[in-house]
Formats: sequence, C-alpha cells, structure tokens
Amino acid sequence: MSNLDFLEVLSNHNGVSGFEYTLNEKIISYFEEYADEVSLDRLGNITILKKGKSSESSIRIMLAAHMDEIGLMVKDIEENGFLRFTSVGGIDPRTILGQEVLVHGKEKLFGVIGAKPPHLQEPDEGDKAIKMKDMTIDIGLPYPQAKELVKVGDPITIKRSFTRLKNNRVSGKALDDRAGVVALYECLKELSKLDHEADIYFVITVQEEVSMAGAFTAAYRINPDIGIAVDVGFGATPELGDADTIELGKGPGITLGGNIHPGLRKKLVSVADEYNIPYQMEINVGPTGTDARAIQITKEGIPALVLSIPLRYMHTSVEVIDMSDIKDTGKLLAFFIKEISKENLEGLLCY
Amino acid sequence: MLLKTLTEASGLSGNEKEVRDIIISEIEPYCTSLKIDRLGNIIAFKEGKANSKRIMVTAHMDEVGLMVKEIDSHGLIKFLPVGGIDKRILVSKPVLIGEKKIAGVIGAKPIHLQKRNEWSNALSMDDLYIDIGAKSKEDAEKYVNIGDYIAFDSEYVEFGQGLVKAKALDNRVGCAILIDLIKNVEDVSFYAVFTVMEEVGLVGAGPAAYEVDPDLTIVLEGTLAYDIPELDSHLVPTYLGGGPAISLADRTTVYNHKLRDRVVEIAEKNNIPYQFRKTSMGGNDSGKIHTSRDGSLTTTISVPCRNIHSPVSVMSMDDYKNTFKLAKAVLYDFKEGYNGF
Amino acid sequence: MAFNSELLSKLVKIYGPSSKEDRIREFISDEIRDYVDDIRVDALGNLIAHKKGQGKKVMISAHMDQIGMMVIDIDENGFLRFTNIGGISPYYSYGQQVIFENGTVGVIFAEPLDDMSKLKLDKMYIDIGAFSKEEALEKVSIGDICIYKSDFVENDKVVFTPYLDDRVGCFVAIEALKQIKEPHNDLYYVFSVQEEVGLRGAKTAAFSIEPDLGISLDVTGHGDTPKARRLAIGLNKGTAIKVKDRSLIAHPYIRETLVKLAEDKEIPYQMEVLEYGGTDSGAIHINKEGVPSGVISIPTRYVHSTVEMASKEDINNSIKLLVEFLNTEFDI
Repeated sequence: MSNLDFLEVLSNHNGVSGFEYTLNEKIISYFEEYADEVSLDRLGNITILKKGKSSESSIRIMLAAHMDEIGLMVKDIEENGFLRFTSVGGIDPRTILGQEVLVHGKEKLFGVIGAKPPHLQEPDEGDKAIKMKDMTIDIGLPYPQAKELVKVGDPITIKRSFTRLKNNRVSGKALDDRAGVVALYECLKELSKLDHEADIYFVITVQEEVSMAGAFTAAYRINPDIGIAVDVGFGATPELGDADTIELGKGPGITLGGNIHPGLRKKLVSVADEYNIPYQMEINVGPTGTDARAIQITKEGIPALVLSIPLRYMHTSVEVIDMSDIKDTGKLLAFFIKEISKENLEGLLCY
Repeated sequence: MLLKTLTEASGLSGNEKEVRDIIISEIEPYCTSLKIDRLGNIIAFKEGKANSKRIMVTAHMDEVGLMVKEIDSHGLIKFLPVGGIDKRILVSKPVLIGEKKIAGVIGAKPIHLQKRNEWSNALSMDDLYIDIGAKSKEDAEKYVNIGDYIAFDSEYVEFGQGLVKAKALDNRVGCAILIDLIKNVEDVSFYAVFTVMEEVGLVGAGPAAYEVDPDLTIVLEGTLAYDIPELDSHLVPTYLGGGPAISLADRTTVYNHKLRDRVVEIAEKNNIPYQFRKTSMGGNDSGKIHTSRDGSLTTTISVPCRNIHSPVSVMSMDDYKNTFKLAKAVLYDFKEGYNGF
Repeated sequence: MAFNSELLSKLVKIYGPSSKEDRIREFISDEIRDYVDDIRVDALGNLIAHKKGQGKKVMISAHMDQIGMMVIDIDENGFLRFTNIGGISPYYSYGQQVIFENGTVGVIFAEPLDDMSKLKLDKMYIDIGAFSKEEALEKVSIGDICIYKSDFVENDKVVFTPYLDDRVGCFVAIEALKQIKEPHNDLYYVFSVQEEVGLRGAKTAAFSIEPDLGISLDVTGHGDTPKARRLAIGLNKGTAIKVKDRSLIAHPYIRETLVKLAEDKEIPYQMEVLEYGGTDSGAIHINKEGVPSGVISIPTRYVHSTVEMASKEDINNSIKLLVEFLNTEFDI
C-alpha cells in the first residue's frame, strides 16, 4: 500500500492526545503485513516487532513516531447550546477561528468556531487576536440536545481534508507526526527486503504532545539499545530564520545536540552519505521536543537519535510536507538499522 | 440542491461569471425577458397578471475573497482582499486559486517559534501567504497568475437542527430566494435583478436601478447574526432562527418607515416570524437603488448568517423559508398596486 | 451517609508542609492501622497502607503535604523573610496568621506599596512579635516552615478551612478504606508527600508498588462564583471526574469506568477539564511501563487560600464513587 494513501487515511482520521485509540485499527492494518508481532500496551502505544535475522539477537532498536495530534476539548456548554473549549497541546488560537470542527461526543457532531464579529468590536480590537476563551463552537443544537450528545471533556478536532498540492507536496492536519508514522511504515517495508541483525520495535506512541507518556513507558518496557524518534522539523518559510529550519524536499533533518548520541549520529550521517540519501543537519542543544527526550532518560539512559521530516506551518490544520522526505527518512532508517550489529554497536556507543 | 450549487461556485466581486451562468440556466425558462447588462448584472423581467407599478427585487451575486498580488521567490503567493474580510479569519485555511482551482493553504508560523505572546496580536495580510507546493517563482507561475481570484475552499454542509454551513451565504442565499420567487410568483409582474460587485462598493446596483427605474424595491440579503447568551440583547444584530430580518437603518439607507410598517403588517397577517436588524453598521445595494434617478422606496429583508464574510457562514433553513415567504407575501400585497407611502 | 466532620476537622489542622509530613503521617497512620494488613513508610516519607485482595493492584493516592512558607532570613529587628513551599499567593497570604511546627504564631504583612498589583513575596515578611534577631531565633530558625493558622468552620452544607488541599483527599481515602473490609482488588493506599512541589512522593511510591491502575483524590477548582474563570465545575453539583489537567489526560478506561459507575449508582458527578494544575496521577501514569490512571476530584472554591470551601455532599459522593471504583472487577 502506498505511503500517500496511508498518510491520507491517517491525516483525515482523528486522535487527540489521550484519545488515540480510534486510530489503532487503521495503523495496525498497514503494519501487520510485514510484522512479526503486534501489541498494544496499557497506555495505548502500538508496538510492531520485526525480528532480526539472528535467532538469538540481543540488540533491540526502538523507533518511535507519535500518533496523537493536538486538538481541542469541550470545557462548558452555553445555555444556547454553544460550546466553550480549551486546547490539548500547543495551539496558536489565531489558527482556529473560522474553522470547521468535529466534536467527538456520543456521535460525531459538525460545528464551526466563531467569535464576535468586527462590527461589535472596539476600533482597535481588529489588530488583537481573538482569545480562545472568547470563541465558541456552534453545533446548531439547542441546549437540551447539545447536553444529551456532548459532555465536558469530549475531544474536538479540526475538520480538514488531506489535499495534494503541487510537486509531491501535501497538506493536511496532524501530519505532525502521522508523517513520522508513515516513515516508520516505509522503513518496515524497506527492512522486509534487507537483512538486519537487531530486533526492531516500531512504536507508535501516544501523548507526545502533552507529556511524552507513551515514549517514557514504551522505552521502559522495551529497554532498547538504541532509541530513534521520528518526528517533524520546522520547514523553511521566508519569515523563519535559516538556522531554525530545514527545507522541504531535501531529506530528513538529522538532529545534533545534547539529546543525541554523537557516535550513532556520525554513523547515521555516514550511512546517508554511503547510500546517497539526502539529509540536512538540524541543531537542538538541549532536550528535543520529541519522544527521544523521554527515551534518553529512561532507566539507565538510552542512546537516542532524532530524524525530522521537514514540515511547514506546524500545529495548524494546513501542515505541508513533501512526500519524498518521508521516503528518504524511511530508507535512511532501514539502511542504518541494517548496518548495526552486536559487533559494531559497542564501538559506535564509545565516546 | 440549488443553495449548495450556488455557494460552492466561485464568484468574487468582478468575477461573477460562474454564478451568473448557474442563475441564468435556472431562471431562463421562467422569465419573460432576460438580459445581461454591460457591467454583468442580470436584469430579468417576469410578467404577471397585475402590473400597476414597477417593482424590483434584487440580490447581489458576488462574494468576498482574495486576489493574487505577487508571487515571491520561494513560489509563495501574496494576496489582496476583495471586499471586507476580517484578516483574522484567513490563517490556516484552504483556498482555491483561479479558474483551474489550484489548491493552496494559508500557512502560519509554528507556535513553537513565536515570541512570547506573539499570538495575541492579529496577523496582518502582509504576514500571510498561500502555499501551493511550488518550489520557486517560476514553478508557481506555471499554475497561478497575478490577478487570479482566490476563493475559500468550503463545502456546503447541513448540520445541527436545520442549519447550513457554507461560504458566500452572503449573498447566494439572496440569489436562491430570488430564483425561488421567479419560479413561484405568478400573479405579479416584477423585475429580478442579480447585481455584481456589491462587496466592493455597491457597483452594479446603481446602473441596474437606473435602467429598471423601479418605484419600489425589495433587496434580499444575508446579514450578520451574533447571538451569544452573554451579549446584551440590544447588541445582538440578529438572531439565527429568529426569522427574516427587516432593516431599520444602515450606513447606506434609512429605510422608509411606512414601507417597513407595511412589511411588518404583512408578516404578522401571514404569521411569518420576523425580527428587526438592530445594528446600523454595514450597507447594501439599497443605498444606490433608493437614490437612483428621482428616488424610490426600498426595503431590505435578510437571512441572518453567523460568521458572515468567512468560509464558515451559518444560516437556518427556517429563516430561509420564512424570508422567502415574507418576500413573496410582500410581492402579492402589491398585486393591486400600492397606495403610496 | 453521615458526614464525619470530626475527622476532617482534625486532618486540616495538623501540621505537615511539603517535606515535613511527620505529624500528619503519624496521625493518619494511627487512624487507619486497624483497617489494613500492612503499613509502611518509604524513603521520601510516603505512608503506604496495604489491604490485600485478589484482583488488580490499585494505587490510591491522596497527598498529605500542604503548602507553606519557609524562613530564609531574619533581620536585626526580628522580622522573618520567607519563600514559598508550593503555590503561595501573595494576595491570599497578605494579612494572614501563620503557625510554626513548635506553635509559634506570626502574621504576614508587606512593605508599603503604592501599587498593590506589584505585591510579591519578596516584599513581604512574617512578624512573630520578636523585637530582635536574637529573640526571633529563640523561636524559629532559618529553614523552618510555617503554615496558615485558621479555623475549621462548617455549616450544614459546606466546610471552609485552609488545607482542604489535600486533607479532604486523605479524608475521602480514609473513609473509603474503612468501608472496604473485604476488598476484591489488591489495594495500596498511599498518603503521599511533596505533591505541592512537583508530584514527587507519588513518583517513588508508584515505582515501588508497580500498580496496575492508579487513582488520585485531590481538590479541583470552581467556576460558579461571580465572574469566575470559566470551568464547568460547581459546588454541591457532585463529585468530579477528571478528563485532563496540566499533569495528565485521564486514561479512557478509568474515566469511562468512573462515569459508568456514577451513572449506574446514581452518584451525582461533573466532568472536569482543568486548564491548570496537576496531581499525583500525573506521576503515576508514566511510571515504568505505564499505569492507566484517573482522578476523583473534590470541587473546591478558593484553592490555596485560607478559606477553601467544599460541599459535604460532594465529599460524601466522592467517597461513594471511590468505594464503587475500588470494588470494581477491572478487565484491563
């Protein structure tokens, strides 16, 4: 099945942090064809195991991409049936005004986010962004029916259709980090054609956007020798500094910095060079805002890497990526994994 | 469904062709005469039994949107507003550019890279651009030209209890009601005029009124609704579901009170719910029409719309039906001519 | 169900700021000893009481620590300067009486300020009625922690007192513990330390217990006073089932189980979406391989002030819901 189809399915489905379980079936249906084992843990992480060729391989590599997405949550119901809401994860309130939403109550309810129209505002108010607390969701139902179908605490997602743009680029919501999930899928497909010694744990994690609870607990359980987070990186646009960003279509960002194991990172770069896979360097001195942060500090400490898929307009409903970057990320992961053996691992991990 | 077809069509001010073609194909069989004037207005006449005065019913065809201003070196598209758009509703929305309807998105700076409280200031139009996936200026120019019209990408959706979400409800809802009147009113002669470029300064209405020279005009509109519980009722312009909104005064017209009283009387006699449009902000084609030539009388009857001038305008089907009923009842009331107001 | 005012009034009065929980621990330990199979104290000071059962291992956590003020400096005239232990508001503490572990009483005041909106703790001091540094040092030392001194007040509907946070959670846990004599599940009641400074006690307790499920009991905010920040929680409207706060998103299984029990047993409840704050379950849920966790909250007005207020019915309903939850046969 194609990466594009998979990403479209994932982007159009919904799974706000803490409510990811509705995605399980879709994700498993793609991965299981190539998997040796699939399991769900207690917090909801999906783990797909691809065993290495060595029957007694003792190396474990964990790949993590998170399936949760930022979203909204009902916090009150007005007496005319309008909903008040808060955010789950980091959301710029400016990006949600005038959006269509789905309220995941007893049934999926269509709604739109509105606020005070300009004519009712003070003259200078037009330059102020509207605060989330001043917005409402209109689900078109009077209070009794709204109350019947919606509960405080129900998650809300922006309703957005995945769209193909020009040049292999696509736009949609939740590409952060469903693009990473697809990169793991690409890696798994690639690995099914390669020999590798290590057992590979593909972990599709929960709650990265709020607490990294999924990565913390999965890393504890698997206790891998290497942990690699595949997440998204800030895609270059004119208003952002070059130093903060990586460019679309030029391969995954390989992160440098304190969260990253230097020996493994060098190996990753040399694999990319050797197989002619495009890549870019991305600098992040402290803990990254990815699952690698959680993996690195679990148990006795786990050597970690981060690969970033360049993505524009992060945490909006119109995130844009280049499909070629997903493919290159998956390939790079697969060839890197192929190169790791019990024999060379110790050397790579030496400072 | 007519309203779906009309709202999903693209017809920005000055570029109403797509909408105009739909309207013509709908009304042509029912009209006695039909012409497109030099500005692009549709001027149709339907002959009825009674014909004492020149009566005109109008609705504007155009909608607000954007236009391509510049393509930058990265292949990103800068734009201008066409009509009154609150810049704050633009960010993070999908759009369709030009006749080929090239898909694009209006992006935003990631919240992670914003300075503290940056998100509390509205983004200006200059901060925004459209990304179609192009890699360079040359690449983008293969798909997009300066001057191309840009419409919001928004489907017609029915939801809740009898509500509709769509773009351009202002004023395709007026167009749809006027089409229904042409199809359903037999006893009264009237001119049906679909105007252009209302949103950029009531451009089409003046010349159309000059040509028709009506004695009396009903302007059909979509108007703003904002009806949240915490708002004092005098600040609520209209209530969704409160019935057709009869205008009192706006920036372009102080409506003739005798005609207004008559419209109210007709609504009450026919048990049609109605409300007054309580704000004096905004304006519509009536401004040009009632001051055309030696002057005439106008009334504006509107369907309330939440989130007007945005991709997610919302209206009530009950209001739509009642607005149609009221407009039809007013026309029939003039069957025997009117007694001067 | 009668309301056990006597126990709650004792719980809120006992000294026990974060890191100095000895006295409250001793009191709770005496209170529950006869009802549990085993009781122990861990390295950080958590009180862990075990009541054996055959079902799932459940950790019930209520924190026994309270917010307070630590003396950091004593000036020549005997005035104490202080820092906060936990979330002390300058506005709530201004003009309040405080009490130290040894019974020394003081009052909090501030340097004169033209603009009260600039009131900060470093402009404030504690006056214990000493007239010199030496006199002050006879009663307090640098590093001592004091707490708010105030009365427990009640009427037929509500209690108001400082330190419902989280002695009312301890109260709910103790009352439930007394009611569950033959537990189906394997219950570990944890009266945790240092929640107010970062959920620290719950973290280590969860590590040693390795529970299958976690449930915390804590206070939550309110949205039912004039022009309150919007929060769909009100007093006397039932116990609260948490969906999210800053520390966790409640596990769907726990949340839905609590809702179903409340519906089935006709226990009034409210759903809680809190945009700030956190509680022990935030630490429990990311323990080791992960622990499905949730929270039963007690709606409380004026949290972290000296007049925290909660409804007796809500408190009783919280106890009822906790008992039902702990008696549930879990299938996760």
